[in-house]
Amino acid sequence: MTFVKTKIELSKLSEGDILEVLLAEGEPLENVPRNAKEQGYNVLSVEHVEGTTHRVTIKK
Amino acid sequence: MVNGIPQQGYVKCHKRAIAHMPETPYLCTQNQTDKVMAENKKLSIIAFSGDFDKLTAVFTLGTGAAAVGYEVNIFFTFWGLDAIKKKQGRSFTGGNWLTKIFGFMMGGLKVTPTSRFNFLGAGPKIFRYLMRKNNVATLEELVEAAKVLGINLYACEMAMHVLGLTKEDFIPEVKDVLGVASFLNLSEGGQTLFI
Repeated sequence: MTFVKTKIELSKLSEGDILEVLLAEGEPLENVPRNAKEQGYNVLSVEHVEGTTHRVTIKK
Repeated sequence: MVNGIPQQGYVKCHKRAIAHMPETPYLCTQNQTDKVMAENKKLSIIAFSGDFDKLTAVFTLGTGAAAVGYEVNIFFTFWGLDAIKKKQGRSFTGGNWLTKIFGFMMGGLKVTPTSRFNFLGAGPKIFRYLMRKNNVATLEELVEAAKVLGINLYACEMAMHVLGLTKEDFIPEVKDVLGVASFLNLSEGGQTLFI
């Protein structure tokens, strides 16, 4: 579901815009960067924020 | 493929090879495998149930697949028509008194019962609370996501007539009204699920 929401937000952006996704460890952390890359988006970074939350930065 | 030599699993990499030479390993390249896999990225769901939990499954599968590039078709039939009604909430729609009763009982997404533990309507409320608490998308959010991701929504013609509904009773995103034959044509080549 995290990737579904990410995909929807990405579709609203224009080329070159950047999206920050805050997500939980585990499946979202594995799925979102991998699927974003497969769909042709540029994954700029994956950082640990605090606790189980991570931040993934994606550029369209 | 290992070192340019096709391995056992590659017999399936070209569609025609399955029909004509099922036992013979077929020489192929990774490109052909990828092409066949991409062609098969289609998911069709027959949404027969109108229950809260089963509809959640329908839309979770649909949106999840669509998000990773699948072409998704959802065919709403019988109780599933409840999910695509325009008028949310119970109302007496329909031609005669029987269909009006159905119109009242099938009040759209807000009042769908769970398939078990409904407890006169307490079930869905409890599950919605649990889902919200765990930050899981609600059924309405999933339906919105389905519309945004361009999932093809279809209504079943037969069920529509029986329950006294018309195309105008459904949300505008419903692409078409179909019968079984058309739906089977659409779903060819992909995976089909019955929920």
